[in-house]
Amino acid sequence: MTDKNVLSGRGRIEITGFNPERVEQRDSLSGWSEEAGRATQSRWSRAWQRFKRNRSALLGVVVVALLAFLAIFARPIEVFGLTVQPFSLAPHPPGELLYFNHPGEGFTGDYQPPSMKAPMGVDGDGRDIFSRLLYGGRYSLSIGFIVVGLTAGIGLLYGAVSGYYGGWVDEIMMRIVDVIYAFPGLILSLIIVSMLGRGYTQLIIAFSLFGWAGYGRLVRGEVLKVKENEYVMAAKALGARDRSVVLRHIAPNTMAPLLVVASLRIGTVVIGVAALGFLGLGMPPGSAEWGTMLDGARNSLIRLDTGPKWWATVFPGTAIFLFVMSMNMIGDGINDALDAQQTGVGKGGDE
Amino acid sequence: MSLRRFIVKRLLAIIPILFGVSIITFGLVHLTPGDPVQQILALNPRAGPTEKQQLREQFGLAAPIWEQYLNWMKGVFTGDFGEVYRSRRAVSEVIYSRLPETLLLGLFGWVFGLVIAIPTGIYAAVHKDQLGDTVSRFVALSGISIPNFWLGLMLILIGSLTLGWWPVTAPKRAPLLSFDMLWYLILPGLTIGTAAASSIMRVMRTSMAEEMNKEYVTAARAKGLPERTVVLKHVLRNSLISVVTLAATLTASIVAGSVIIEQVFAWPGLGQTFIQAIRNAEYNLIMAITLFTGVFIILANLVADILYAALDPRIRYD
Amino acid sequence: MALLEVEDLTVNFYTQDGTVNAVDNLTYSIERGEKFGVVGESGAGKSVTALSLMRLIDSPGHIESGEIRFKGQDILSMSEDEVRSIRGNEIAMIFQDAQTALNPVYSVGEQIAEAMRHHLDYSKSEAKEETIDLLAKVGIPEARKRYSDYPHEFSGGMQQRAIIAMALSCDPDLLICDEPTTALDVTIEAKILEEIESLAEEFDTAIQLITHDLGVIAEICDRVMVMYGGKPVEKAPVEELFYDPKHPYTVGLMSSIPRIGDSTDRLQTIPGKMPDLVELPPGCSFHPRCPYAEEACTLSEPELLDTKTGKPASEVGTNHSAACLAYSGDLTGELDYSVTVNEDSKSNAPASQITGDNQ
Ligand code: SF4
Repeated sequence: MTDKNVLSGRGRIEITGFNPERVEQRDSLSGWSEEAGRATQSRWSRAWQRFKRNRSALLGVVVVALLAFLAIFARPIEVFGLTVQPFSLAPHPPGELLYFNHPGEGFTGDYQPPSMKAPMGVDGDGRDIFSRLLYGGRYSLSIGFIVVGLTAGIGLLYGAVSGYYGGWVDEIMMRIVDVIYAFPGLILSLIIVSMLGRGYTQLIIAFSLFGWAGYGRLVRGEVLKVKENEYVMAAKALGARDRSVVLRHIAPNTMAPLLVVASLRIGTVVIGVAALGFLGLGMPPGSAEWGTMLDGARNSLIRLDTGPKWWATVFPGTAIFLFVMSMNMIGDGINDALDAQQTGVGKGGDE
Repeated sequence: MSLRRFIVKRLLAIIPILFGVSIITFGLVHLTPGDPVQQILALNPRAGPTEKQQLREQFGLAAPIWEQYLNWMKGVFTGDFGEVYRSRRAVSEVIYSRLPETLLLGLFGWVFGLVIAIPTGIYAAVHKDQLGDTVSRFVALSGISIPNFWLGLMLILIGSLTLGWWPVTAPKRAPLLSFDMLWYLILPGLTIGTAAASSIMRVMRTSMAEEMNKEYVTAARAKGLPERTVVLKHVLRNSLISVVTLAATLTASIVAGSVIIEQVFAWPGLGQTFIQAIRNAEYNLIMAITLFTGVFIILANLVADILYAALDPRIRYD
Repeated sequence: MALLEVEDLTVNFYTQDGTVNAVDNLTYSIERGEKFGVVGESGAGKSVTALSLMRLIDSPGHIESGEIRFKGQDILSMSEDEVRSIRGNEIAMIFQDAQTALNPVYSVGEQIAEAMRHHLDYSKSEAKEETIDLLAKVGIPEARKRYSDYPHEFSGGMQQRAIIAMALSCDPDLLICDEPTTALDVTIEAKILEEIESLAEEFDTAIQLITHDLGVIAEICDRVMVMYGGKPVEKAPVEELFYDPKHPYTVGLMSSIPRIGDSTDRLQTIPGKMPDLVELPPGCSFHPRCPYAEEACTLSEPELLDTKTGKPASEVGTNHSAACLAYSGDLTGELDYSVTVNEDSKSNAPASQITGDNQ
């Protein structure tokens, strides 16, 4: 092949007089500078910027905040006999039998459709569904957050240890996770509640005992990714103790994916708790937990003699749906915000 | 590595997991408080300690716990899962008699999910951030946010009670493959399929959208291929890989879903049996169904792995 | 009529951080069989230009205005079907990173044959035979056996060869090579470049070679356009560009080529970085980095001028043009650099990358 390189055979080109130092020494000629207008933001504050622009996520935040507000102020809260929260937005205590406490107002001991006095109707025991819904939010919301907090914490620790130590420790720890993964979480929770009995603590145990496995696997994966990073290597080389290396360097790096999964998991847990309640295996009977309110809903619906008691089913279910949907919108928002996929020139343009 | 060796390797890896599954199943039932003997005898106030002991031995609950486990495992290997305490029927027989109903329900849910989700996911990814995408995303998010048992109740309220198109409960004594049963199957099937469809759609959309940004897509377009070919040939195959990854997880959630949905629709499957068994502390039945579930999900995982390897030529060489 | 005429092409990207003016008022042309180089640092708008030629700019990018005439027809006003019949058929592209440009789940052969089946109506077996020929031609040993291999079974160099085969499969008139060798190591780089050149010769294909590496330009091109901040700053025949560079940026690029075997001379680089296209400096966008910059440079934006006459450059009459105020007489100082050709060492043509680039 002919070598048509114009430069070959004619010696080297040498440039003289192009003096970059002049640029460094002179004052800036215009107001423009490389960093102008684009202060370097941390990943989290950039994510926050993006989250703030996400309208559906913000709507989710508003709804969740509202539901939480209603749940807290539904009835007064007493701690050791001391009233710390005196307000009561709900017209009746959740267990109040309307026909008994408000005789002569037309209440009976059976289902009654929504009316002025009971905007969401009266349930099969003669209680005000609206008051129960407001109050019941306390269970669903708190169980959801507690379980997710617990499981995410355990999973974080588990995954960090497994991924960091590697080798046979990792092997065994991950096989355990595989085993847990072979069961649908809900079935395990079902069995646990049936063995421990119904109740608030029991539900938390039922959903937390194995619920951490997913986080464990996730965190381990992330740990493996960051483990080889220089700063961890450097910390190890400096002789930092194993545990402090794990905690100080690896754990913070796995926070982003963990947060995304956790925020999306809250909905799953709340639905699970409600499902157990619906099966009669959640909170004790008569509790105002949203799912437990649906216990017996099927029978009330298909009782053909007097027509379906739709209000006893529609309202509690809507409450669950509303909360879970809002949580998922928040979760999606967090996901979009943290997933630092820059759109822009990098995509179609020069790398 | 050939596909066959890959499968054999995966099968071998399953053995310790199955072992773990059996331990969790057994341990959950036996190591937690609660006792079938107590429950059964509660109905009989005259029963004394002797009767108690008698029943214990009869149920095989008297031996030390590890011996009980070994006995149970011995039975499991020979296909003998013990008997139902109250009816004295063989557990395996009860399971086989209820299995077809549950499998059919799960299958319906799965197929419905795939049929709805894949086209919608493709559509949403191709029309990213346009109206159709926004709407389908909202619907899918609702689909995963709605408690499935409540969706079932709402379908009964609308389909059965308001429209009157379906009976309120599964037809009694109709054979499984009769028109009446299959017609009734639609409601629980839709209920289960909704969550599946929603998750598949979300994954499909995300992974399609992600793949669409890759350079091989630009390269395929640069070849002058029609957009249809680019999407349905080049992008789709790559995004199906993530759907397959999801498939195993979904199978688990369909199994869990069917337990509750069968309750809602009085569908005569294993799920109902399971809840009944839990209420009655029928240990053998609970363990057998739980073990079945575990094995089923492990197998589903295996199938997903094989599909994965078949779809992605890079996998076999890992 | 030139094979390709680009006139006043402007491409914007609408991002969260603002509008990125990736290509601004770009005009150039390529003759049949000509080898045209486009050089500049990352972010200069080179790749966007390339994708615009095939109308492959995706949202959030948008071709704002201008004309791209290929064989006299305006690509930007064609129907989607018409553009598609040109893509891969008359204009083909060699991508920077072969590994990502190949679909991992289809065999290499299949991906090459695909375009032929589509454009040339070959049957499956015809396309396969053609593909095997092509693979052999681009230097893949045992082409028949390799036909059904997947991309991950190819080495980096072989992947790039496969991409070349893919681009040549329909015998295009214009081959766009976007940094075709950046992902490869130096020994393979030389071979691949040779390959592209001789194949282009054989197929009588015009080339638009996009690179940040002046050495690669020297190797192949007839004419060069230097881009900075989405705009052309200098256009010249390749020899003139090297022996008589007119724009300070070009001069900077050349002085930052390492001199092999010359340990005494400290490597000079262009100070600073290529500015972000969201917010370009006012006036001449090179002024923050230009040693010759003056007050005037921040105030008015220099046009591309014929360096001989100082008149606005035209596509036909102008041989050598540069966009610097020195040629319109607005600069009070002088561009006091000089180019000397050092006869004593003959071997080393500039062979390495521009150091301002962070690759
Ligand atoms: S116009 Fe001024 S700043 Fe721009 S290249 Fe010429 S001398 Fe440098």
